[in-house]
Amino acid sequence: MPRLLFEKKGNAVWISHLDLMRLFQRAFKRAGLPLTHTQGFNPRPSVSIALPLSVGVESGCELLDFDLDGVIIPCKDIMERLNCALTDGVRVLDVYENGAKIKHLSYLDCCLTLEYDRGVAAGTVENMKALFCRDEVIVEKKGKNGIVEQNIIPMIRNLTVEQAGEKEVKIHARVCCQNPSLNPMQLSAAIDKYLPEVKPDFVRCCRVEVYDEQENVFR
Amino acid sequence: MTNLLQRILPTVQKPARYTGGEWGEIKKNLEDVRVRVAFCFPDTYEIGMSNLGMRILYGVMNEMDGVWCERVFAPWGDMEDAMREHNLPLWALESQNAVKDFDMIAFTIGYEMAYSNILNMLNLAGVPLHAKDRQGLKNMVFAGGVCAFNPEPLAEFIDFFSLGEGEEITVEIVALYDKAKAEEWSKERFLREVAKIPGVYVPSLYRHEYNADGTLSAIVPLEGAPETVTKRIVEDLDNAYWPTKMIVPSTEIVHDRANLEVFRGCIRGCRFCQAGFSCRPVRKKSPEVLYKQAMETMEYSGHNEITLSSLSTSDYRGLKELTDELIPYCAENRINLSVPSLRADNFSRELMEKLQTVRKSGLTFAPEAGTQRLRDVINKNLTEDEILNTCANAFSGGWNNVKLYFMLGLPTETDEDVLGIAELVYKVIKTWQANAVNKKRGLRVHVATAYFVPKPHTPFQWEKQITPEEYLRRCRLLKSHFYSKSITYDYHGPDLSRLEAVFARGDRRLGPVIEEAVKNGAKLDGWDEYFNYSKWFDALNECGIDADFYTTRGYGEDEVLPWDTIDVGVKKKFLLKERHRAYEATVTPDCRHGCAGCGANCLLKEVECDA
Ligand code: SF4
Repeated sequence: MPRLLFEKKGNAVWISHLDLMRLFQRAFKRAGLPLTHTQGFNPRPSVSIALPLSVGVESGCELLDFDLDGVIIPCKDIMERLNCALTDGVRVLDVYENGAKIKHLSYLDCCLTLEYDRGVAAGTVENMKALFCRDEVIVEKKGKNGIVEQNIIPMIRNLTVEQAGEKEVKIHARVCCQNPSLNPMQLSAAIDKYLPEVKPDFVRCCRVEVYDEQENVFR
Repeated sequence: MTNLLQRILPTVQKPARYTGGEWGEIKKNLEDVRVRVAFCFPDTYEIGMSNLGMRILYGVMNEMDGVWCERVFAPWGDMEDAMREHNLPLWALESQNAVKDFDMIAFTIGYEMAYSNILNMLNLAGVPLHAKDRQGLKNMVFAGGVCAFNPEPLAEFIDFFSLGEGEEITVEIVALYDKAKAEEWSKERFLREVAKIPGVYVPSLYRHEYNADGTLSAIVPLEGAPETVTKRIVEDLDNAYWPTKMIVPSTEIVHDRANLEVFRGCIRGCRFCQAGFSCRPVRKKSPEVLYKQAMETMEYSGHNEITLSSLSTSDYRGLKELTDELIPYCAENRINLSVPSLRADNFSRELMEKLQTVRKSGLTFAPEAGTQRLRDVINKNLTEDEILNTCANAFSGGWNNVKLYFMLGLPTETDEDVLGIAELVYKVIKTWQANAVNKKRGLRVHVATAYFVPKPHTPFQWEKQITPEEYLRRCRLLKSHFYSKSITYDYHGPDLSRLEAVFARGDRRLGPVIEEAVKNGAKLDGWDEYFNYSKWFDALNECGIDADFYTTRGYGEDEVLPWDTIDVGVKKKFLLKERHRAYEATVTPDCRHGCAGCGANCLLKEVECDA
């Protein structure tokens, strides 16, 4: 099945996963790219997005699988036509004739920007580095069966903390994103829990890249 | 640093409704803009973006050179709390600029219970509530929509009202403002001039005087204002502005589909229906124009559903021609075509079957009253045979879901009429038993009753509303006669409809009540989550207003009515005649059987009433 890579930025980050699927379905229609439909009582256009992104999180590496009805259109044309039919903040970066199997999707790189309106306190970066060097950091996770506690450390592949200007700290991390998966915002939850004195005023989160088991870029 | 709004967004429900940026949104370069209009819808984004009138006028104003019209909606409670906590004033979606910085602030009002939202939005915007406290041209507040046909409860807050269809009048109003701003007119001068535009009603140019018993004694026009203001209509719909490039929301809204209006006005004359009378005369659009607009709309929007809307779509003369063309196009492009408010005639049955190939939806009837006698009183031209025949057809075609809507408290209603509803419902069940092809799935009959609200500009505008206690008694009476498990019966509490009745026929003395209720926290009254009768009850008491005066009292036939200044085309004499025919249970045939002489055709200069 063909796959496309897209980014979700600006105000588009507030669009929910379900709404985004609808947005793409309409964009395909506007672009004159007819999608195949699912079978059944209520046929739906077949599009699926690999890893649902939380509302508010920015991404430069979203993957969407789609299936065009009958026609064969070059990937480059699909990309151009879709980009003319998409709203601000959602942009197709590339289109592939066939994507790798989703089950091989394993890691993702994320970037957290921690904002401190009154400046970053001394020692913040060191304390955070130390926190993520522990063997065990327990954070609550909302699952299907209510709230469960989990140790996030085994799911962090690597992580760096650095100060960016007077008022920001940036955390770059590579984390597991499938079986098990770590929502990057849990890194921020860990800071709130273990280092409450350096709880930031606001956190921005961005998904940067996705990888397979061998840590090769996944497409 | 992330700005305040962006920091608030993660903390509220459905943040996408506050950011704009949808497909089809119109942005302009501020250097080219002379007049900025904040077009406010006094309810949430999901409701407001489903409103066709707003979409049309958004397009109309943005077509104007030098004018930028942006959208504003009422925030949900969580967002309002955050805005108040952080002193974030209400903003417009397109530019994200504060509403208080706009030249004009427009409202479209389709429902009385949105009045609290209007005041609350002005308050959130940081704009003075009272017209007299807004000096100069800045923040000129005007309003249109069905509620403008009795605008008196809002008279002290809104600078002027635009009556009727807005395609032409809105352009005239905004153009005059443009001139006034360039020439630095005073607000008083602008109001005097804008009152000369036909269809504009400036409440401050009228004095209301009262009798000792509280009824109106006179409405006195001041400074040469006209005695009555006549609503505006568009005569030639084929050539009128129609927005085929509509905004496609990025988040789900109530009516999440393309919408095509097939004609205006109504030939039916149901005596309780405000829209039916106040939207007359009847004007058609041709199927060719509609087909072209449908294609353009679908191609631009990418929607997978389109609905043919109007007050009564099966009365559209070109329906067969239009659907014959649209059905193949929709099938080929996987678009659902929905035709609401189909009647129970043969053609509709045929059409229903054809549409079924696209998607099966429920079967809905609004008999409004349970007996033929009462249906004759209200002039609802729908017989039991028609309902049962359509049901029989639908059941044998596999449908097993029916919705039936009624009103309680209609003029002359007796217990016999109330129980007539139960009887009709049983006949529907019997019909199902006799005709259903698939009885395994069972039948669902959904019955809902509403509390009758007398509305201005209808033959029932003088009627008493029954008391809330009596309404509830009738609901219980009906409920006790529903024995089948297939029936679900819904009735709302009486509070909302009682308030709706107060404000629908209200006068200027209600302004302070709205203000007081909003001060007490009234807002989003159309939502169960927020509606709180006690806030209104307290406000009425506080202001010394007796709700019964507007509801159960009834209005005298020679009483001066608060909305006498407003002429919607249909004449008062005609309404009175219809009222008396109602008492005799005499039906007035629909306009297609002959013009009943409502008077609305006087609004037409170029064409005839196309009933
Ligand atoms: S003018 Fe006559 S035909 Fe036209 S809406 Fe009125 S009653 Fe009907």
